[in-house]
Amino acid sequence: MKVMVAMSGGVDSAVTAALVRDMGHEVVGVTMRLWGGDSDSGCCSVSEVEDARWAANKLGIDHVVFNFGDDFDRHVVQPYVADHLAGLTPNPCVECNRHLKFDRLLARAEALGFDAIATGHHAQVAEVGAARFRVGRGFDDAKDQSYVLYMLGSDALSRILFPIGHMTKAAVRSIAADLGLAAATKPDSQDVCFITSTRGREGFLSDRSSLTPGVVLDEHGEQVATVTAVELVTVGQRRGMGLSGEGERRYVVDVDRANATVRLGLAQDLLRPSVSLRGIVWPDEPLVDGAEVWAQVSAHGAVMRGVWTGDAVAWIEPQKRVAPGQSVVLYDPETNRHVIGGGIAK
Amino acid sequence: MTSVVYLDHAASTPIRPAAVQAMVTVMSQDYANPSGAHLLARSARRTLDDARARLAAVVGAETGDVIFCSGGTEADNLAVRGLSAAGGGSVLVCATEHHAVLDPATGLGATLVPVGRDGRVDLDRFADLCSPEVGLVSIMLVNNETGVIQDLAAIRKVMRKRSPSAVLHTDAVQGLCWLDLRTVASGADAISIGAHKIGGPRGIGALVVRDGVALQAQMLGGGQERERRSGTQDVASAVGFAVAAEATDQSRAAEVERISELRDALLDGLVEAVDGLNPTVADRSITVPGIVHVCIEGIESEALLFLLERHEVMASAASSCASGAQERSHVLMAMGVDPGLAGGALRLSLGHTSSPEDIERALIAIPETVERLRGFGL
Repeated sequence: MKVMVAMSGGVDSAVTAALVRDMGHEVVGVTMRLWGGDSDSGCCSVSEVEDARWAANKLGIDHVVFNFGDDFDRHVVQPYVADHLAGLTPNPCVECNRHLKFDRLLARAEALGFDAIATGHHAQVAEVGAARFRVGRGFDDAKDQSYVLYMLGSDALSRILFPIGHMTKAAVRSIAADLGLAAATKPDSQDVCFITSTRGREGFLSDRSSLTPGVVLDEHGEQVATVTAVELVTVGQRRGMGLSGEGERRYVVDVDRANATVRLGLAQDLLRPSVSLRGIVWPDEPLVDGAEVWAQVSAHGAVMRGVWTGDAVAWIEPQKRVAPGQSVVLYDPETNRHVIGGGIAK
Repeated sequence: MTSVVYLDHAASTPIRPAAVQAMVTVMSQDYANPSGAHLLARSARRTLDDARARLAAVVGAETGDVIFCSGGTEADNLAVRGLSAAGGGSVLVCATEHHAVLDPATGLGATLVPVGRDGRVDLDRFADLCSPEVGLVSIMLVNNETGVIQDLAAIRKVMRKRSPSAVLHTDAVQGLCWLDLRTVASGADAISIGAHKIGGPRGIGALVVRDGVALQAQMLGGGQERERRSGTQDVASAVGFAVAAEATDQSRAAEVERISELRDALLDGLVEAVDGLNPTVADRSITVPGIVHVCIEGIESEALLFLLERHEVMASAASSCASGAQERSHVLMAMGVDPGLAGGALRLSLGHTSSPEDIERALIAIPETVERLRGFGL
């Protein structure tokens, strides 16, 4: 097979390339240049491309660079800014996978004569029937990335390899060290690739829009603090509200972007009986109403039990409100190992 | 016959065997530091200055005008920063300059001179921008992406009237191969050239600065190159540069004719074979023969180049950034080329090793590849 391996410059994708090569496939490493601006490490800076190229050289495989910067801006960065301005909490990595890695790159790989693409995600391709595939959780629970891959259906998954999905991160690093890959000891990438630690979300968003100062109201409607930007406040957030920390813990229970108001409440005020979804995708078959399901509401968060009601998950036990804009990913009720669908919290 | 169809001469052209031979001799014999005082050093110095004189003759300058440096990029940086620092005044540069001019000029707050759809400086707009306060004008002789030749004589004429005290720099890195700088660049006060675009080695170039034009050194140290560019000179590369320049100069008239024929065959063949293929500059007479630039509708350059490589055709699109990714071309944007169309840019550049067989193979590979990609809607 001819396999295009997406190489970010990190250890996971370098080992992925090595494993695909050792399976006997014809391999070309590809680094997508997505973001041209400042970055701590991320997936996109020139030095990351150099790291990927070095790894490819070390492995004796060809390496090319594709510039998908315009698509990344259109499908990831602009919606990220727009969502914040609308008071939502977006998952840019989900959108990058949806539009860039497993759409743009997959289509280009096919046009260029490749049979499949491989990435270094900690996830697995689970065969659940004849030519039917689902995203399975990565073997390493702490690194599992199935959450950000929930949009992948059988058609895409039949052309995708996740060669390190059955391994622990420690095993991946060990292989990298054995192969003499410099990335072996590179720290894991964190957070959003285009947000820098020095300037943060606030710096990024303030360059692209004007942020709105807001007032913070307690559960009685009394103003207790102010914030410099309501766009940066997330439902469920506890820190950064200018509270003394005395008394019972207060959480953000609502962000009213239009009125520049953040409302606080007690933990129980955050609880909701369900979460409604939009942009629902069923990579395989839709869940029938009334079916039980496991739902995960953040990349590495807890998994909660619920019942599918057609456009919402009704929790068995009330759960903390999911920040609007976050992806809610549904896993099979039997094993909680396979993604069966997902959507975005309203 | 080589198995590869090399159509990327404007990026770097194969080194001429005569240059290699000359360099090997110098490397093994004139290894001393040309700034030294002893016998071997003086020999190296003589070799260096002989190369300097030969290069000066090819560009129509005095021997002392030639400042050796690390390449076209350094020459451009030295020109923009050094001329501006020494002469003062505001800076005007063409919007389609190479980044080696554009970036240092932007750092100095330069104003961009617009070009027309044909890529040439809009002389009326240029005249409007020229004022007595302008201290430096930098207009590239030949554009590295499109091959468009600027009329430096016309530029100089406008400057004489409107900005009489300004100096004119030209990036002639892509020009030296195809044009006689003794005539076309005679009006320029400073000229950037590089060796590896004419069959010399990479890693050496020169800024030619006419006598009496003030220049502030940007590289400080031992005061080499008459205190205008410090750093021990690479004598062997200077000799390789001079040999390549003389060979280019001597064969230029015949090569222009030969390559023009190949260019016409290539471009005519492509226009006929590929629907939606647009020559970026309609008038071939205002481009050098070595550069064919087209934009192909509904095609992405990166995908096209990847597949052409599988046909053993080596070409390029716009300019590549440091990562190797293809970047959106500021040159095409300045010319007003539709951004969608610019995404399908293809630069095929010819040079001294190009053959009719290269053209034949390219004329098979490119239409096939475009057809395949269109089949995938990419």
